[in-house]
Amino acid sequence: MALPRIRIGRVLAYVAALAISAFILAPIYLITIAAFSSFDAVYAYPKNLVPKEATTETMRVFLESDGVTDSLRRSAYVAAISIIVCLALGTPAGYALARFSFRGANPFQLALVSTRAFPLIIIAIPLAVTYLRVGIDDTVYGVAMAHIAFTLPLTVLVTASVFAGISYELEEAAMTLGCSRLSAIWRVALPLARGGIVASAIFIFVTSWNEVFAAAILTFRNRTLPAQLLAALDTSPLTYRLAGGFFLLAPALVVIFIIRKYLLTTWGRVAR
Amino acid sequence: MADIRFEGVHKSFGNFAAVDGVDLEVKDGEFMVLLGPSGCGKTTLLRCLAGLERVDEGRVYIGDRDATDLPPRRRRIAMVFQSYAVFPHMKVYDNIAFGLRMQKEKKAVIDERVHSSAALLHIEELLDRYSSQLSGGQRQRVAVARAMATNAEVLLMDEPLSNLDALLRLEMRAELKTLLQSLDATTIYVTHDQIEALSMGDRIAVMNKGRIVQLGNPLEVYDNPSDTFVGGFIGTPPMNFLEAEVSGNGSSSIVKVSGGSFEFPGDAAALAGHDLVLGIRAETIGVETTVGEGLVRAKVIVLEPLGSHNLVTVRCGEDTLKVSIPADLFPQPDSDVWLRLEPTRIRWMDRETGTAIHTGAEALATDTAVVIS
Repeated sequence: MALPRIRIGRVLAYVAALAISAFILAPIYLITIAAFSSFDAVYAYPKNLVPKEATTETMRVFLESDGVTDSLRRSAYVAAISIIVCLALGTPAGYALARFSFRGANPFQLALVSTRAFPLIIIAIPLAVTYLRVGIDDTVYGVAMAHIAFTLPLTVLVTASVFAGISYELEEAAMTLGCSRLSAIWRVALPLARGGIVASAIFIFVTSWNEVFAAAILTFRNRTLPAQLLAALDTSPLTYRLAGGFFLLAPALVVIFIIRKYLLTTWGRVAR
Repeated sequence: MADIRFEGVHKSFGNFAAVDGVDLEVKDGEFMVLLGPSGCGKTTLLRCLAGLERVDEGRVYIGDRDATDLPPRRRRIAMVFQSYAVFPHMKVYDNIAFGLRMQKEKKAVIDERVHSSAALLHIEELLDRYSSQLSGGQRQRVAVARAMATNAEVLLMDEPLSNLDALLRLEMRAELKTLLQSLDATTIYVTHDQIEALSMGDRIAVMNKGRIVQLGNPLEVYDNPSDTFVGGFIGTPPMNFLEAEVSGNGSSSIVKVSGGSFEFPGDAAALAGHDLVLGIRAETIGVETTVGEGLVRAKVIVLEPLGSHNLVTVRCGEDTLKVSIPADLFPQPDSDVWLRLEPTRIRWMDRETGTAIHTGAEALATDTAVVIS
């Protein structure tokens, strides 16, 4: 009797997995085919679920629209700055949190988590005012700084948990074999933490690439892609919106697809 | 050349004194074992020598250099960790080559040394594997090969065999001893396993509560423990301890234990004024089946045949003793036996301080030792 029950459980699991996948993939699929269809096909009704022909017409028009390529470039800059600064500050902080017991380590950790408790809307006005005063409003660096503020606490916590999972004895062994404290980190701890650091980088990238609220209120002319799309949303045709949607989701998917190997090893390590 | 010297080393963690004033000299090329129960400070002492812990007080000398303030990489040591600490992100080859690469050796030299170290530990066919593809015993071999590859003057081993299963440990013990005999490195070996200590060390430093309580060659430590702690910690079974009183004068005295009394021929003057504990090893107690002169009566509680010999637990008055007897003698439970407590084998201890009192009557196993060379 046990055998059929297992089989039914299996079937249900697969059905559930398919349903969830379909729920997530359907909009992605529709946006993607729309982005590579002709204008007529986008406006056609009923929709063709299988594209008849692939054309770059929609994409070309979108990319040639005012400010789109500039905003794409800015988004890339902001994401790159966010990743570099976050990892440069967050990884050492995570290491310190994992390896040293210092006064205030626990309150510090709590403070990191509690930064997530402030909705952006509450600090939006003071933030914009401060930016105006300091004179970093409407700049790539200003937006990057906001994104760093959102993602740095989580970067610290994630890397801390990754380093905590790496035995300190490995670094000690490296030190007895000729490493200094720093070179032991460089040669042993960091390579072993690579998965977690890459996962943090993905998180920072996706957050920054899709972040719209801060980008919208902190910039005026020098907009990132989401802010640009938001501003143009009510005055633009459907094709523009779909192509823009594709540009928002495609990089994240590509990045996750490429580095999923590291992501899985990180999860494996955390689960151990 | 690397002799090692600890001078008045103290190391505390918070209020806990892990190492509490250790002076110890290890000769060049010697195999020194630090032995003690967990928490006795032996690993901390080793880590102070490796430079992984800073001493709070005292100095550490390696060779003629004061190493107290040197980082681990400047101490010319190599260490084998209890967890082996084999780098998981490197192949076995790169693990063994790690120290040599840090020393910026030439590629050909590295290759040659990696292969010779791997050959010594019989892991040449594993060089291309990662740590996760190895068994515990294989990882242990990688850790030893990695430590040996750098030709360090001092080899530190922190319970290297304790994570292996019993059979493998027995095998590795002899192999490791053979291997280390062929090197001229000074070795400090930490263990809580007294059999390992006895079987491998040139000398043993027995530690308890952060101090060295006895330092000597293995037979000395086994046969002539400096106090009740050492006698009770070393040996399977541990030394028997009985309440005893000594009375008499001049050349002969009477020893009274709770199960009876017997004559003690030696000079008992040294024992006067002490509250005494009589210590005696299980295998030095004679067992007779009939009553006789100077024998103490005892009742058998349990008999454990062990193949090579039999172990009996007997009740002698108020004391319980473990006695080793020949494998062909089978005293049944509840039967009576008569014990001969050989005076030259008795080790007297002070009950209050636990320390040994020497009467001069003690015979040592080393007195009659035969060395074949």
